[in-house]
Amino acid sequence: MAMPIFAPGDDPGSSFPELLRRIGGGPAALSASADALGPLPHATTCVAMRYVDGVVMAGDRRATAGNLISHRSMEKVVEADRYSGVAIAGAAGPAMDMVKLFQLQLEHYEKVEGTSLSLEGKANQLSAMIRGNLQSAMMGLAVVPIFAGFDERRERGRLWDFDVTGGRYEEREYVATGSGSLHAGTVVKLGWREDLGRDDAIDLACRALWEAADADSATGGPDLLRGIYPVVATITAAGWSRVDDDDLAARYEHLAASLREGQRS
Amino acid sequence: MSMPFYVAPEQVMKDRADYARKGIGRGRALVALRYVEGIAVVAENSSETLRKVSEIYDRIAFAGVGRYNEFDQLRVAGVRAADLKGFQYSRDDVDARSLANQYAQILGQIFTHEMKPLEVEILVAEVGQTPAGDQMFHIQYDGTVFDHKEFTVLGGDADAILARLTESFTDGFDAGAAVRTGVAALAGPDRSLPAPDLEVALLARGNGRRCFRRLDDAAVAALLTAT
Repeated sequence: MAMPIFAPGDDPGSSFPELLRRIGGGPAALSASADALGPLPHATTCVAMRYVDGVVMAGDRRATAGNLISHRSMEKVVEADRYSGVAIAGAAGPAMDMVKLFQLQLEHYEKVEGTSLSLEGKANQLSAMIRGNLQSAMMGLAVVPIFAGFDERRERGRLWDFDVTGGRYEEREYVATGSGSLHAGTVVKLGWREDLGRDDAIDLACRALWEAADADSATGGPDLLRGIYPVVATITAAGWSRVDDDDLAARYEHLAASLREGQRS
Repeated sequence: MSMPFYVAPEQVMKDRADYARKGIGRGRALVALRYVEGIAVVAENSSETLRKVSEIYDRIAFAGVGRYNEFDQLRVAGVRAADLKGFQYSRDDVDARSLANQYAQILGQIFTHEMKPLEVEILVAEVGQTPAGDQMFHIQYDGTVFDHKEFTVLGGDADAILARLTESFTDGFDAGAAVRTGVAALAGPDRSLPAPDLEVALLARGNGRRCFRRLDDAAVAALLTAT
């Protein structure tokens, strides 16, 4: 592979997907309906909410293919760059590809331009990628992520959800996506306050995923046997930080104990 | 019809080399040297925005001297080549040696086939998982590649700077000592270079996935005053 050099008028600029198109190295588009391929892994429930220091994002770890669990430790909430994260729901294959390309695009832009994209610019990029996936979406491989991050210029957390056509909607308080989003979203809706602190926000996200797992078969709960817990991360002025499993284990223990207590009385 | 004068190929190459060397010699120099955690790159550069040193990939840095627009084009080409390779294969497959070879091809091609050679010298540095894996490739305007283990100098007045650096370099510098040694070699005995006239970046093993870290003026000043 030769080093890509372009004439000034023909330069792909700081866009990695555009570069990939010029080189011809992008993945081939799907040409048949996904139904013909049988059940494919799908990723499920993710939530994100704003709190005083920034945003918290959380996602369960289960991927399902039809009625079977295909993967127990999938990471659907991933760091996009230092100040933002993506949570994915939908067809796992294209979603993982999209996230990989998105992470790379943010880094590529930062290196080529010498400065990173604004948070809104990042959301816009993701929107374009989802739009680019529309053909696959119509064949049954839809990807609907959440994008959240800390806006350094406005000094607060911001979050967006998307539809399969790339429609981009900024939410003020919280977002939920995936099969369990109805339950998870309702829990967050009832518990969300403007002055939510870090601890309460993480607890609320854990509770939301718990309730989604309780009511939706495609959403995985905390797996005590294997020690697999949801991915929960905060993004603040200090950047992306993942909540460690010991902390989550304690929170779920506490949650289970309080639920048992509630049933007894 | 006028006949073009015959010019011997030796003369053509010599003229081009002189032209390129003159362009590079006008610019300010930079040094790269090894220290315990990786590689430090110190450049004399009073601009806050037009960078000579930058990140190519997780463990790879780029530095250029000479004409800014020319080495910046090479820098962007390197970022693209590295990101494409990492995307198509794996992040572990991106290495400085292959990039250096590609740069050498381009520079050599332009030197022999174009009217004007590129008036640049570039450095591709990679920090290994262990100090034994650290690599520095110095590529000249005509595509000649040198690999260095300890330190290298690019740009104008390189011979004098190299002589000073050869004298002062020892193995096992920490970041501060490496930067101070680099600055002293660049400045020479008669000048002192304050932080705003310097551009300093570290390629350090301990920086996480992306090893490249640029130091701002305050951090550079702090390193210069520490003893």
